[in-house]
Amino acid sequence: MALTKQEVHKIAYLARLKIDESDVPQYARQLSDILDFVAQMDAVDTAGVEPLAHPLDATQRLRPDEVTETNQRERFQAIAPQVENGLYLVPRVIE
Amino acid sequence: MHRKTLIELRDGLQRGDFSSVELTEHFLHRIDTRDRELNAFITVTGELALAAAREADRRRAAGQAGPLTGLPIAHKDIFCTDGVRTSCASRMLDNFIAPYDATVVERFKTAGAVMLGKTNMDEFAMGSSNETSFYGPVRNPWDRERVPGGSSGGSAAAVAARLAPAATGTDTGGSIRQPAALCGVTGLKPTYGRVSRWGMIAFASSLDQGGPIAQSAADCALLLGAMAGFDERDSTSMDHPVDDYLAALERPLDGLRIGLARPFFGEGLDTGVERRVREALAVYEGLGATLVDIDLPHVHLSVPAYYVVAPAECSSNLSRYDGVRFGYRCQDPQDLLDLYTRSRGEAFGEEVKRRIMVGTYALSAGYYDAYYLKAQKVRRLIRDDFLRAFEQVDVLMGPTTPTPAFRLGEKAADPIGMYLSDIYTIAVNLAGLPALSIPAGQVDGLPVGLQIIGNHWDEARLLNVAHRFQQETDWHRAIPADYA
Repeated sequence: MALTKQEVHKIAYLARLKIDESDVPQYARQLSDILDFVAQMDAVDTAGVEPLAHPLDATQRLRPDEVTETNQRERFQAIAPQVENGLYLVPRVIE
Repeated sequence: MHRKTLIELRDGLQRGDFSSVELTEHFLHRIDTRDRELNAFITVTGELALAAAREADRRRAAGQAGPLTGLPIAHKDIFCTDGVRTSCASRMLDNFIAPYDATVVERFKTAGAVMLGKTNMDEFAMGSSNETSFYGPVRNPWDRERVPGGSSGGSAAAVAARLAPAATGTDTGGSIRQPAALCGVTGLKPTYGRVSRWGMIAFASSLDQGGPIAQSAADCALLLGAMAGFDERDSTSMDHPVDDYLAALERPLDGLRIGLARPFFGEGLDTGVERRVREALAVYEGLGATLVDIDLPHVHLSVPAYYVVAPAECSSNLSRYDGVRFGYRCQDPQDLLDLYTRSRGEAFGEEVKRRIMVGTYALSAGYYDAYYLKAQKVRRLIRDDFLRAFEQVDVLMGPTTPTPAFRLGEKAADPIGMYLSDIYTIAVNLAGLPALSIPAGQVDGLPVGLQIIGNHWDEARLLNVAHRFQQETDWHRAIPADYA
């Protein structure tokens, strides 16, 4: 399983990770090694086996649709990089 | 005072042999003078600790002492601590002052414990050697040229060197048990869902569990009693009754059936480690246990399955670090994409980025079935092997790690070699089972760990089985000469 440079760039884009061009070959190599390693699982037949999402086969607990939290926006925004009027600031999105 | 176990310290405080302030000052002084050579702590909370210690002494004098009142402990820097930096050993959270306490932290506070500080770890809990921390590696107190294990290396090293009598850790693939083994201390990973993950920074949500690292099973029983229990705020917390772990410690072991899984004694196991483990098993036979040979036919697939499931879940969990609401933000982002990609690219270390990329690939269109779903199916086969084994035996035992502590740098350039050091511990997380590691001897002066695995919810039995061994032997009392 040899990942190409383009595939590495695509994965980095999906993960929103900036990677240096000079690191791409090493990523390709290491990711390919890991994917080869995990391919050992192909040797076992899992037809008819249900995936185990939760180790104790539990399902997601539900609760009544009632408000239980208090608004602590100021407290949580005190540690934000840039806020204004209760909004988080980011570079312009819409031209 | 640092040679006493947590329970001995609790009794000493009760008798008035010393105050919590004296105890706290003693450990803070040890940290201040000895931690620079170990790097076990990222943040030391001296002022807060002394204030908590004074409050603890006041409450004790007023007859209001709780189970952990006045006892100093350290928290792995993965637990959110209100008003105190919580870094997860990453540049991404170097500036993150947590705005709330994790449930585990809150429960310790309510029980009266005194927090000494936040311990070092592998970045975002990804690692088996504590070499990926943004704050530099932690060194093993038994040999400072060697790793303490990871990811809870700081907690294990701090307890081994008695810079703290006990600490919290987290375990996703072995991160409590493996460092406990390499550092000669006792560490327990509870059943999945036993301890609340609220405020415990997420790595792999279906695998992560918080647990105690301490000098003995009895100490772990005391701590687990405070940590365990249903929590509304953690949607994966299970509403299962909490046993009285301390009361269960002294039960006799007659008739205990110990399963020895062939794959845990196979190729790659250091002969010295095997010898120590077999000697430990002989101690158990002397206590009335029988050894039963069992097989776990799919357990050899646990490392491959884990290295799909854990990175996949990590890629999802770490997508919240986007430079927008908290944590690191890159300078002068040109546009939104630049903000995301450079904040994340600059602030995550190599191992973290590697795992995010593997996970992203495994979950991407066209590959989800082949990788993530396949791994979760293999996961069911692995878990079911264990459940079948527990129909024949009460616990499983074997080495925690294939070798004693390796040298710093030895495996850093070989990701897969590093992953294989978790070969005995990883299956336990996939199956959601509880397990602990206890000191069971040494090889060339380096500690060896015995792993004990139990069925779901069987922590009381695990702690009892471990405790009885610690009444017959004293490996758990050994302290590295430099720190005695």
